[in-house]
This record gives sequence, structure tokens and C-alpha cells, in this order.
Amino acid sequence: MTGLIFLIPIALFMGLIGLVAFIWAQKSGQFEDMEGAAYRILEDDDDKPL
Amino acid sequence: MSDILTDLADAGCPQGLGPAEASPKTGLGDPAPFVVRSKGLSRLELSVRGAKCGACLSKIEKAVKVLPGVTEARLNLSNGQMRVAWEGDLPPAHITAAISDLGYGVAPLDPERDEDEARREERRLLTAMGVAGFAAANIMLLSVSVWAGAGEMGESTRAIMHMISGAIAIPVVLFAGRTFFASAWRVLSRGRANMDVPISLAVLLALGVSVWETALGGEHAYFDACVMLLFFLLIGRFLDARLRRRAHAAASDLAALQARSVTRINVSGQAESVRAREVIPGDMILLSPGERAVVDMDVVEGTSELDESLVSGESTPILTSPGARVYAGAVVLGQAIKGRAVAMAADSLMADIGRMLEAGEQRRSTYRKIAERAVSIYVPAVHTIALLTFIGWLLAGVGVREAIFIACSTLIITCPCALALAAPVTQVVASGRLFRAGVFLKSGDALERLAGADHVVFDKTGTLTLGEPQLVKEGVAPETLAAAAQLARASRHPLSRALVAAEGAGPVARNVTEHAGLGLEGEVDGVRARLGSAEWVGVETTVNDGPTLWFSRGDEAPTQLRFRDHFQEDAADVLAGLKQRGLSFEIVSGDTETAVARTAEALGISQWTAEVSPKGKVERLEALRAEGKKVLMIGDGLNDAGALSLAHASMAPGGAMDVSQSASDAVYSGKGLGAILTTLDTSRRARSIMLQNFGLAALYNLIAVPIAVAGFASPLVAAIAMSASSLIVTLNALRQNVPAKA
Repeated sequence: MTGLIFLIPIALFMGLIGLVAFIWAQKSGQFEDMEGAAYRILEDDDDKPL
Repeated sequence: MSDILTDLADAGCPQGLGPAEASPKTGLGDPAPFVVRSKGLSRLELSVRGAKCGACLSKIEKAVKVLPGVTEARLNLSNGQMRVAWEGDLPPAHITAAISDLGYGVAPLDPERDEDEARREERRLLTAMGVAGFAAANIMLLSVSVWAGAGEMGESTRAIMHMISGAIAIPVVLFAGRTFFASAWRVLSRGRANMDVPISLAVLLALGVSVWETALGGEHAYFDACVMLLFFLLIGRFLDARLRRRAHAAASDLAALQARSVTRINVSGQAESVRAREVIPGDMILLSPGERAVVDMDVVEGTSELDESLVSGESTPILTSPGARVYAGAVVLGQAIKGRAVAMAADSLMADIGRMLEAGEQRRSTYRKIAERAVSIYVPAVHTIALLTFIGWLLAGVGVREAIFIACSTLIITCPCALALAAPVTQVVASGRLFRAGVFLKSGDALERLAGADHVVFDKTGTLTLGEPQLVKEGVAPETLAAAAQLARASRHPLSRALVAAEGAGPVARNVTEHAGLGLEGEVDGVRARLGSAEWVGVETTVNDGPTLWFSRGDEAPTQLRFRDHFQEDAADVLAGLKQRGLSFEIVSGDTETAVARTAEALGISQWTAEVSPKGKVERLEALRAEGKKVLMIGDGLNDAGALSLAHASMAPGGAMDVSQSASDAVYSGKGLGAILTTLDTSRRARSIMLQNFGLAALYNLIAVPIAVAGFASPLVAAIAMSASSLIVTLNALRQNVPAKA
């Protein structure tokens, strides 16, 4: 049972990381254009040669 | 590169998913008034129509990025909005021209538009959903160990588990449940109830009871149920909000109409480009050839032909001269005209039609959604059952604590998770299907109304017919047509355009002059030639055989060129399909009697009315409603807008006037009328699935309520029952994506 003392906080912490990542993604507009994003990964000419 | 891009054969979506805009420049003013400048950077937001796929995306973005000084060009494919930022003095008109040259429709968006409220609401719901999801998963982790360890786990360990659960649940419920609490409070303070009342009551009661039980070291706590309940409900709420915002995005096309700019002639006689809504009555407005009037005005100078088909439904252009009134929506076909504005842009789209729209919307809001009807039975029933359970157990002598606990578990287990998901999930799946079929649904309840329609009223021009005259080539020598086309290429008149469309690109006649209301004159291969009305070439005719042009060259006898407005190719099939589905139909058109009669006869429609005013259309619909018919109105003109908003359900083609699009429940794009049948079938299937879902939810309650009332609903049972019912309802809705048996 003593294992719970650190296992529960670890579990909660990992869940929290996921939640923070989700809120960040949402705030930074990652879900604004779900359709366009699917096509954008197929485009390969946005890196201009230096 | 840009030459390849601007190749006309390449216009519009390269995969053919959307129609290329035939006349992208029509009605498009200078976007300059909508540019926002800060720190040497100019920004402009545009609404792009017709972009459907990845190729469209890169085609449009590349075309804009190659313009000098452009630092950012990003098109949002989901809502068709594009953000452009640039340095230096690139005229914004070049940006819109670059996009419209590719065959896409483009209009500037007003930076001060207020669509952000809906977006904020959706974001709030999504964040709340994420938080509730996180909490539900973590509390479930703890709850499962409590349930699994029943009998073995020590009381102090269980208490700690409950306390941790509570520590997560309390802030999360307060945060994620705000939407429900606020809405419940709003309706309660007005003495009414909605679905949010039992939700709030169940969640808060369960939370309170669980805190109390935890404090007393009790065996059961409902923290997991509270949070899971909110999580499921928020999924439904979020889907609903997203659907509504999509509809809102459609309405922002209407805002784009308001965002059009106008050329105003100021006191010193100079032309300046201003926003349409800055125009006040008395302003002098210049309308260039091809431009669409944005405000009602009286012509002061210039004579020109106007295409008023979107205003009145009349397909033949009319001649306007000083003193005449030009209504917003009319397109100038000949020379530029000057006029004095007689109304503000907001009042201009014919105040009459605006009032009709409002009246229609009010009528329509009296329609009660299936979900609302379900809730009105559900809310009192659940509360009565919970109260009776409490009193019953109290009388049975189990003590207040136990009685409250059981009543509370009844409330939780009957909480309308499945009910709240039943409608939105079905609507989202159905509207997604329709979206892929090129039908854009404006609201979720539109599906229910479309499914209930039993009588279809068609507008003629632009709906049953293509709305564009097409040349009848039979009986005319090809070289005569080629010569006539040389003259026609110099004109914007719809008949000239139809002639050019039939003949394709080629040389243009020299020294062409256009005489409003008469026709064109110019030199074709060195010979003087005329193209225009019978009067213009000196022919006397009394036969009215639809729209015609006369062409004469040198001393040759004049030739008559006839035009027909063709039916949509699949019109007959669609009408047969409607009949098969048990719907009756009729034509109500603003066009002339001969034109309507010919269409009706050709398509075998026995019931038709011609030369109907916008008000007349509304009256016709009122009469049909009085007969008890549920009318599906299909129309595209401004003159249909009132009728569209009044009808039980309505659809408009993608090429329709913005006002008509926003007045209707669904907008269909692409060629033909086939989308109407698809929409009817999809909506009927969606309605039956929705009803099934409500049936399943009722069945669930029929089983769950006795268990809860009898006091057997432990948190474990509640968790399984709630998620199972939500899953079943969702899976049933997804069944729509499985093709129906042929």
C-alpha cells in the first residue's frame, strides 16, 4: 500500500501533462483548421533554400 | 509560374469538388477600406469561396505569396477565411484579383465583424470538455481500485481515495459545469425549466452527497459519476456548438456582402472607395460596369442595362435611365451609372424583404424540436420520481442520510446523458454526410424540418433552370456566329456573354460602341456590323419567342439568334424522385407567364404561378401552410428570401443571393438538383435514427430507474449504465455512415 503514496501522484501528474498539452494546443489555434492541416503535411515546398 | 496558375482551363478546384465562379469579379469592390495597418504591416481578411481540397489550398496560397511584399498568406480550409499580411504598398485589389483569377470567389471580410462570440463559446466548451475528460479518467482510476478492493481495502485507504477524488472533482465540476449551472439559473429565474435544470441538480446534489459521505467515512461516493456525467454532456454540447458555428460561418458570407465597398464621389468630385455601411442617403455613388449595387439609389446620370434577376426574378435585363430607382442586388451590364443613395446599406436590401425575413424567422421559431418535446416530458417525470423515492425510503424508515443517498443516485442514473447526446450526435453525423455531398446545413433542427416536408415549391430561374440563357445553334451559319461573337466579346450583356460562352475565345471586333437598350456596333473584318434588338438592326417583329439577339453585317439580311434558359439536366429525374417519395410540387416564379408556362409544360408540372411578387410568394406559402402542408421552398433570388424564411424548411443553391442563402436551412452546391433528394433522404434517415435514440434512452431509463429507486444503484452500476447508454446512442448515430441497403 505504501507504493500508492508515490504512484497516485505520478498518475495524476501524467494526466495533468496531457491536460496542459491539450489546453496549450487549443489556445494556440491547433484546432482552428482541421481540414487544411491534413493537406498541409503533404506540401513540401514551404522550406525555402537558404 | 503565375501564367500556368492563371490558365482559365484550370479555374476553380482542380479536383472538381467545387464550381469555378463564372464571373468572379461581379459585385466585388475595392477591398482597400478593410485593410488594417499597424507597424508597417498591412493585414486583410478575406472570405474565399470554392476552395475544397489541398490543391486549392496550395494553389491559392502560392498565388498570393508570390505577390511583392506578402509575408503571410494562410487559408483556413474549414471556414474559407484567409489571412493575408504584407509590407509595402501592394494594392489590396491585386490580392483579391490574384485569387479571383484562379476561379475562386473572394470577398473582403470586415475586421470589425462580431463572429468571435460563437468561437469563444466553442472554445470554452472544448476546454471544459478536456478538463472534465482528464478528471473523469483520473477519478475513475481511483474509483475502480475502490470497487475492486471492496472488502479488502482498509477503511482509511478508501477514505483517502475518496478524498483525492473529491479534491479533483470539486474544482472540475465547478469549472466544467458552469455552462449548465448558468443556463439552469437563467431559465429558473424566469420560472421555467430546461434540460440543464435536472443536470445541474443531479451534479450538484451528487457532489454534495459525496462530500458528506466522504466526511462521514461512508462506503460510496459519486465523484466519478458527477465528472463523467459532465464529460458526456459536454461532448454533446460541444458538437452542438460546433454545428451552430459552422452555420454562423455561412452567415458571415452575408456579412461579406455588408463588407463590400462602394465608390463614392465626394464633394470635390473625386471618386473614393468606402465601406458600404458608411454610405448615407444622399451620397453620390458610381456603379462601374459589372458592379453590383449595394444600396438602393436613384439614377442621376447614365443609361445602362441592369440585371435585376436576383432582385425580381426577371431573367431579361431591364433598361435604366436617370430618375429610375436601382435596387441593391442589381448588376450593371452596360456603361457606368451615377446615382444618389436613397437608403443605408443595412436598410437597402429592400426593407420589405427584411421585414418578411424577420416575420418568417419568428414563425419558424415556434417549431418545437423533437429533443425539446422529449425534455418537457422528461424533466417533471424525473424530479417527481426522485422526490417520491426520497419520501418512500424515509417512510420505510431508513433514515434521512440513506434516503437522500438513494434519491440522489436516482437523479444521477436518470440524468439525460443519452438524451443530451441523442440529437447532437445524429445531427453531426448527418450534416457531415451532407457536407461531403455538397450540401451545407445551417442548423441541426433543420434536419427535422426537412425530413417532415411534404410539398415542394420551386422558384424557376436559377433553380429549376440554369438561370443563364444558352445559345440555340441550330439554323444559324457557324461563320455568322463567329462574326457575331466578335462583337459580343466587347459586352457584358448576359446574352452577349451567352454567345461568347458558346463560341469560346477569339478576336474582338474593332471600334465597338454600346448603345444602352439597343445593342452593339463595330467593325468585323472591316465591315460594319450590328448586334442587338430587332429595332437596332431594323427588323420589325412581334413574335415573342423568349430572349433573342439580331445580328446584321454590311448589307446582309439580319440573322436572328435565339436563346433558351436550359433546365438543370437532372430536373426531370429529381421531380420523379420527389413524386416517388410522396412529395407534391409546384412552381412559383416572378418570371413572365410564357417563360414559366413553357418550363412547367416541359417538366410536366401541372401547378404553377407566374409573375408573382416577393409578397405574393409569401402569401402563397401562407395559404399552403393554412392548408396544413409542410412546404419545402427552394429558391435563389432576393425575391424568394421572404418565402424561404417562412417555409417549413428551405434550400437555396450555392449561386443564390447571400440573403437567400442565409434565409434558408440548407445551401447546396454543384450542378443539378440531385442534392435535394440526397438531403431529403439523409434528413429522413437522421430523423428516424434520432427517434430510435430517444427510444433507446427511454428504454434505458425504464430499466435503470427501478434499479435506482430500489436502492441497488451503487456508483459502479451508475458508471456502467451511464457510459453504456451513451455509447449505444452514439454508435446508433454512427450507423448513418453505413450505406443503406440498396
